[in-house]
Amino acid sequence: MSRADTVSSMSNVHSGGRESPANATAAAPAPAANTARANPAPPAEFPDSTESTVVYRLRAGIRARYRRERRFRRLGAASLAVGGLFLLWLLGTSALQSVGAFSQTYLAVDVALDAAEFGGDAPYSREAIAAAPYQRLLKSALRAAFPAVTARRDKRRLYRLISDGAPYDLRDRVLAAPQLIGGTHRFWLLANAEVDRLIKGSIDRHAPESNRRLSDQAIAWVDRLQAEGRVERRFNRTFFTAGDSRNAEQAGILGAVMGSLFTLVATMLLAVPVGIAAAVYLQEFAPRNRFIDLVEVNINNLAAVPSITFGLLGLALLINFFGMPRSLPLVGGMVLALMTLPTIIISSRAALAAVPPRIRQAALALGASKVQAVVHHILPLALPGMLTGAIIGLAQALGETAPLLAIGMVAFIVDVPGGPTDPATALPVQIYLWADSPERAFVERTAAAIVVLLGALAVVNGLIAVLRNKVEKRW
Amino acid sequence: MTTLTTLSLLFIGLPVALMAAMHLLRRRRAVCRRIEAAFRGFLLLCACLAIFTTLGIVFSVLFEALRFFEFVPVWEFLFGLEWSPQTAIRDDQVGSSGAFGALPLFAGTFLITVIAMAVAVPFGLLAAVYLSEYAGRRLRAVAKPLLEILAGIPTVVYGFFAALTVGPLVRDAANVVGLHASAESALAAGLVMGIMILPFVSSLSDDVINAVPQSLRDGSLGLGATRSETIRRVVLPAATPGIVGSVLLAVSRAIGETMIVVMAAGLAANLTANPLQSVTTVTVQIVTLLVGDQVFDSPKTLAAFALGLVLFAVTLILNMVALYVARRYREQYE
Repeated sequence: MSRADTVSSMSNVHSGGRESPANATAAAPAPAANTARANPAPPAEFPDSTESTVVYRLRAGIRARYRRERRFRRLGAASLAVGGLFLLWLLGTSALQSVGAFSQTYLAVDVALDAAEFGGDAPYSREAIAAAPYQRLLKSALRAAFPAVTARRDKRRLYRLISDGAPYDLRDRVLAAPQLIGGTHRFWLLANAEVDRLIKGSIDRHAPESNRRLSDQAIAWVDRLQAEGRVERRFNRTFFTAGDSRNAEQAGILGAVMGSLFTLVATMLLAVPVGIAAAVYLQEFAPRNRFIDLVEVNINNLAAVPSITFGLLGLALLINFFGMPRSLPLVGGMVLALMTLPTIIISSRAALAAVPPRIRQAALALGASKVQAVVHHILPLALPGMLTGAIIGLAQALGETAPLLAIGMVAFIVDVPGGPTDPATALPVQIYLWADSPERAFVERTAAAIVVLLGALAVVNGLIAVLRNKVEKRW
Repeated sequence: MTTLTTLSLLFIGLPVALMAAMHLLRRRRAVCRRIEAAFRGFLLLCACLAIFTTLGIVFSVLFEALRFFEFVPVWEFLFGLEWSPQTAIRDDQVGSSGAFGALPLFAGTFLITVIAMAVAVPFGLLAAVYLSEYAGRRLRAVAKPLLEILAGIPTVVYGFFAALTVGPLVRDAANVVGLHASAESALAAGLVMGIMILPFVSSLSDDVINAVPQSLRDGSLGLGATRSETIRRVVLPAATPGIVGSVLLAVSRAIGETMIVVMAAGLAANLTANPLQSVTTVTVQIVTLLVGDQVFDSPKTLAAFALGLVLFAVTLILNMVALYVARRYREQYE
């Protein structure tokens, strides 16, 4: 560094205040450097004719070399910036796209809960309330709100303003409050996804009608409702409390989140003990021989095998040969356990290797057997480090999609799974499924699911960082 | 449920039980030694699970692939030019067998891998050089975790981004220049995959570059070379074997990468070298063939295993070579 400084200060004398290369950082490219490139060392700078041509050439050569040095350095910084900018772009786009999904449009509908539809007089039985024709009630409520709509086709369009799930929502609310029966009440009901997109401004009103999913007529209806204060955007609770659905406005990620959770629990229950045991054997007990070499090469190879191959293994072995059903988090967990095993083994071995040999020597010197030395002394010291390895494996399993596709965790499942043996999807698979959907309303939900997934990964990685800081011990 | 309970009982309960027994019977040396032997046996079993997994992959893929080759000759599969696997709705349907020439798939995989490596290798390498040779401690402390974040983003997220943002962008950019590009172009998938692999290349190369002894750098700088000259003429040549190893690992990862191409590359098996056209890859076809309920004896399902066999064999060879090269390199400086 000191040498570079002397050289550059030497050339500074002649080229007049050019920045020294040590200061020419890539973040702030010196404008002086550009002018230097534009006029490659004009002899006018050397009016002093005593300067020999040899020295002049040497100086020019050195200048050119420093130019190359700066260019190279800037290139490196630019490459780093490419990664950083891409990361920003990716996260920024996902976050922006996801914003809409966290709120949802509701429409106020005045529903006349005619006592006759609930089986006559109070008290109404639960069965009667559950069996009431809510769809018809809603339809007549909408017709009452827009008496001008008479044509059959228009009526059908009118009904489509609210979500297909609204009758069920209405039923649940009446079940919860039977005293409402008999009167007319205002209910805030989930709007159709297209209406929701209109309210969020994602639909171009001036586009030709045939290019929109919402007709001019429907837009006029929504505008009227809005003018009457009967349109509201609320926090989208459905997204966090519902399973998948064909209707975007009813679709939620809870099913996928639970599926991921059960899959990960199964993965960890299987992979962590086996991984730790394998690491202990390889690091502490394994003799040096051909077979152990083979095992080690194997583990390193498995860590680099494409993940879809593990899916093929699961499909052929677990589903075809052992006859396990498809789409189960349990089977997914087994496959992911095999996939994360090498990661866990490799990082657990690193944790074991970090325990200084004097601990073992001390235990052995006091008469402990080899197994005792490992189990009582080395293992407890290495355990926090191993835990970090296990969480790294967990993060890997959380984001993995391809093997789960192969074992059929891509089915369309509405119910939220209640255990590892209920058919389910996982969060990344749900992202894949929604991304595939032609309905535009799913785009923001896909992005929102991505935000949730990345948030979960951030938590896991934060955990790793905290553990590392806590655990890292100077021996 | 019972399977999970049994397995976790076996893997968690057994060692705990053995440890407890060892503790209770610690005064009886002979019994204790037997328990210790059993304990070691359990550990060995777990270590061997990696071997069983590899064997499981090899045999399951091989077995199903052999069944596939009863329907379609190996030669036709490897060198056939037409790929259109169809499902037969009835047995007597015309053309129910489909065409299983996988060469367009290999070509598509190759094209996307080349594009990805064209992004990942130069940028990854330069970033690694910058981080290890130029960057100060503070920049390193920020930039390294940032690259790790890039590496930790699930591939399905990259896939979504490639399909919805980069794909249309590439198409529009090509239209501006007057070229026709598909929205599912090989270029879009390759570019995003390249960015995905960039941190992989840079972190592996960073390790390799840091392993080059400082004395080599000092020697070069002492002779009057600039830092970039030292890097280009001394450090990088010395690190070449390790860098080659990491690039090979990156290639293997690009070939096996599934979600980005499933979401952003197409399904049409075009045999083309034009990066603006849509191509399909081995992994895309494996996923497409397997998604949905398939019967296990149709050539369509089995074809996925034949493709899996090729994928496994190619990546295995690449990994072996990469690990071998890297190990040789490490020994050189130890």
